[in-house]
Amino acid sequence: MAVKVKIPTMMRAAAGGLAMVEGDGGTVRDLLTDLERRYPGLTERIVTQDGTLHRFVNVYVNGEDVRYLGALETAVEDDDTVAILPAVAGGAAQARPGVPRR
Amino acid sequence: MIEIPNEVREQMLAEAQREYPNEACGLLAGRVVVEDGRTDARADRFFAMRNADASPASYRLDPREQLDVFTRIDEEGLELVAIYHSHTHSEAYPSETDRSLAFYPEAHYVLVSLEDHDVPVVRAFTIRDGVIDEQEVRAG
Repeated sequence: MAVKVKIPTMMRAAAGGLAMVEGDGGTVRDLLTDLERRYPGLTERIVTQDGTLHRFVNVYVNGEDVRYLGALETAVEDDDTVAILPAVAGGAAQARPGVPRR
Repeated sequence: MIEIPNEVREQMLAEAQREYPNEACGLLAGRVVVEDGRTDARADRFFAMRNADASPASYRLDPREQLDVFTRIDEEGLELVAIYHSHTHSEAYPSETDRSLAFYPEAHYVLVSLEDHDVPVVRAFTIRDGVIDEQEVRAG
């Protein structure tokens, strides 16, 4: 038994091309540490060097955003599903000069 | 190339006007065909999304709504084909912020500019590894 983790397209190369992997751990942080051991490089876009959740990545446990739970210390159990989704964000701030249409 | 039916285009433009002067944002779902490194898509459904930033200079989908709509797209047997947002005071071209926060290499980025409020402009791009590549927009 293990925790199921859904991997977004942009991170699949680091997960052997898989859309879903499994890992173990009592918290999201432990789970990600386990995944990093299995798939080196996978979590570098999820956890910052300071050990916090990256600002532009959403992590959900059974559909709940962990930012409203215990962030990386949120508890997970076998059979839980963890989803990782990069934020959808952007905007015109610092708009750059135009490039002609092709 | 991304095919955007007129009905979907009208929905995108209406949403941009509704949110003005803040940026509007949303997701387009439909079908994707990847061939010879080219990505062709058809956008059949438009999901207007709340801009959690509520700002004229940035957008971010609410994480909860994002997961809900991603799940709906899956359940309806569709794929995420594009990420939409509006620029209210600049051209329909990805900003440096758009480029650095482009985490969906498989999607088109559809931008609507209301720089000229009476003549909205719709353009589409892929953004992969920081490289912006303009894509043809075809009316459906």
